[in-house]
Amino acid sequence: MTVSDVLLLGLGAVAVGAALLVVTTRHLVRAGLYLVVALGAVAGIYLVLAAELVAWVQVLIYVGAVVVLLLFAVMLTRAPIGPSEDLDRPGWPALLVGGGSGLGLAALLVDAYRWSTVDRDQVGDAQRLGTEIFRSWVLPFEVLSVLLLAALVGAIVVSRPEVGRARPRPPDRGER
Amino acid sequence: MHPVIPYVTAALLFGIGVYGVLRRRNAVLLLMSVELMLNAVNVVLVTADTTVRAALPATGQVFALFVIVIAAAEVGVGLAIVLQLYRLRANIALDTVPLAAPDDTVPLAAPDHTGSPTAAGHAVTLSDEESGVDVN
Repeated sequence: MTVSDVLLLGLGAVAVGAALLVVTTRHLVRAGLYLVVALGAVAGIYLVLAAELVAWVQVLIYVGAVVVLLLFAVMLTRAPIGPSEDLDRPGWPALLVGGGSGLGLAALLVDAYRWSTVDRDQVGDAQRLGTEIFRSWVLPFEVLSVLLLAALVGAIVVSRPEVGRARPRPPDRGER
Repeated sequence: MHPVIPYVTAALLFGIGVYGVLRRRNAVLLLMSVELMLNAVNVVLVTADTTVRAALPATGQVFALFVIVIAAAEVGVGLAIVLQLYRLRANIALDTVPLAAPDDTVPLAAPDHTGSPTAAGHAVTLSDEESGVDVN
């Protein structure tokens, strides 16, 4: 047990515990804040695994953008402040499938890797990853930019029903 | 460093995400569970990058970056759809969404110019279908 093992165990426990709270809490806003804790712990796991750029991109995009979007959606759908009682479906199939897949995958990976040790080679900093992206993965990178543009246009078209209509109509119930 | 620790963490995160997707009724909470599953996949990719000696260096981390970008696009479009659903139905509980439109001449995403009566009609047929599903 080295220092990185202890760090990985602690951060993994924090991530799994916060994720459990995300899927079990009755407060919508608290679910978003527990998601921040889980994603931050995952970013810490990336740092221990020497994936520096991925860790900071995780903090920037997930904790910075995705969680803020989710909290905006929670507020725009007028979620109640207190606990909500109708958030869950009956849980036995979900527990069966989720627990089965999680524990099954865990057993598979434990059986594959046992207690083997591995040395981290190089730090995945921005220079190394940038060189690799623009040397070997240029085409997927460009396709991803087109995908982001398509998602942007799609989100605008979906959220504005008067796009493509003959005449714009006034907002009906003052919801915007 | 023992790679089995982040691998097991990723497997448990994925299982928790699957549980949340199947358990939650609220669409925003379901998207949060999907984010947990995507993070589990990212942890597997980054861990595999440290353990597997690949032909190209840092491939797992590059793919983790790609997955993060795809997740951002996914959550943007998904939340736009959720907000549109809330605007039409004032409710984002996923098991009350009918799979087929009750009237084929009126598409769901584009209510006609009369506005609120159509939405009220949708809501009435919606509650009827929901009660029928509950009886079954």
